[in-house]
Amino acid sequence: MAIMLKMDDVNVFYGAIHAIKGINLEVDQGEIVTLIGANGAGKSTTLRTISGLLKPKTGTITFEDKIISGQPAHKIVEFGISQVPEGRRIFANMTVMENLELGAYVRTDKNGIKEDLKRVFKHFPRLAERKKQEAGTLSGGEQQMLAMGRALMSSPRLLLLDEPSMGLAPLLIKEIFEIIKDINKAGTTILLVEQNANMALSIANRAYVLETGKITLSGSAKELSNSEDVRKAYLGG
Amino acid sequence: MGIMDQFLQQLINGISLGSIYALIALGYTMVYGIIKLINFAHGDIYMVGAYIGFFCITVMNWPVLPALLVSMLLTGILGMLIERFAYRPLRSAPRISVLITAIGVSFFLEYTMMYFVTPQPRTFPSILDDAAYHIGPFVINNQQIMIFAITIILMAILTYIVQYTKVGKAMRAVSFDNETAQLMGINSNRIISVTFGIGSALAAAAGVLVGIYYNSIDPLMGIMPGLKAFVAAVLGGIGILPGAAAGGIILGIIEALVSGFISSTFRDAAAFAILILVLLFKPTGLLGKNTNEKV
Repeated sequence: MAIMLKMDDVNVFYGAIHAIKGINLEVDQGEIVTLIGANGAGKSTTLRTISGLLKPKTGTITFEDKIISGQPAHKIVEFGISQVPEGRRIFANMTVMENLELGAYVRTDKNGIKEDLKRVFKHFPRLAERKKQEAGTLSGGEQQMLAMGRALMSSPRLLLLDEPSMGLAPLLIKEIFEIIKDINKAGTTILLVEQNANMALSIANRAYVLETGKITLSGSAKELSNSEDVRKAYLGG
Repeated sequence: MGIMDQFLQQLINGISLGSIYALIALGYTMVYGIIKLINFAHGDIYMVGAYIGFFCITVMNWPVLPALLVSMLLTGILGMLIERFAYRPLRSAPRISVLITAIGVSFFLEYTMMYFVTPQPRTFPSILDDAAYHIGPFVINNQQIMIFAITIILMAILTYIVQYTKVGKAMRAVSFDNETAQLMGINSNRIISVTFGIGSALAAAAGVLVGIYYNSIDPLMGIMPGLKAFVAAVLGGIGILPGAAAGGIILGIIEALVSGFISSTFRDAAAFAILILVLLFKPTGLLGKNTNEKV
């Protein structure tokens, strides 16, 4: 399979704090790859570095054979990467429709945008019912759906998902993860960051375990779910 | 003149003055909304706009409308340059540094202008005849009609831009959450620059209108209206566009009523007393609301 995203010895600092310590990571086209680890291990930092919100001090990130590290966040979207940020971060004072339109900000192909809007409403029928509603009035689960729909509106080839299960009821988490699988089946590659390692491993092809800024384990999702260390540390025994 | 007539007359005067405050306050509130900066140089941008309009009318002999448009364009560009060179380098600096810089920019504009045009006030030529019209109990003159018309047109255009255009939606997105806006592919620096441009152009329009209304301009003319527009923006709820418009008009009306019925000595005091009252009883402003985020 073709390598889509490659992080090569990437180091990221927050001021003096060395947050990401020489990460090597690969995502192949068509995969769901998950990044699991404890709070503060550097999972979100890794995603934020890929999406350009943070700049690596050293190391390179390559996407579809183009070096993207060092590009500003608004350019990364144009390469075909879209991020659903932690905590959803929807534009609460705008309507659902306006949020989705902003997701398609970099695009000019009107017909393509219409097609993708249909696709988003198919994944998330509840958004279609509420398109004129102010986004801040949506429930937590609906806001997560909106954040994902908004990210899909840029028609990304790689979707970065940061803690989609955060703060949601178990039933909703199941629903959201089903939709993530559907999105992947429809052709979008996914890099998923989760604290809910059980759920993440259940839908992923491969996984990386991150500990204090370093990758300590990697392998197929199956291998990791059966690994004694991972079970103890992240899967509750 | 009966007390009712006098009241109605002051109401008209107040709305004229208030329209001008509103135009300045819109720029204040837009800039605050997008980078959380109280741009203390905004009143001086309005002064520059008045001078550009003045030179277009007196030196170039242009009619009002082209003078107004050219002044808005050039002042808009000035606003973008100020943002680019004075504020953008401080984007990640503490907010107080940017605030102090804004005060510096304010002095820079005032005294650079003074160097070129002398501190002497200039007299704006009267370009409209003083004809006044009686509409029912109201008496309204040409200048006031022009101020109302131009203010309403500019506010309509601004509302259209902010609500319905792509750049307007991007402005709202950046102002709500700059980082997430960048994840949408929005170049937030460019959007901030556009915001300064639009805000400065509106201030320029106010400057030209004031020149026509009061006939006199000088390099320090921006200080007081700048402060008043700030009060108007806070009164309506800083960062909220309809709030700035409403705040400006309300402030203008109160000032006119205080000058007409009490004494013009208390006019400015009234404006700032309102600021204090608003901050005491509704710190978010008349149209402001406390935002609750769902987690």
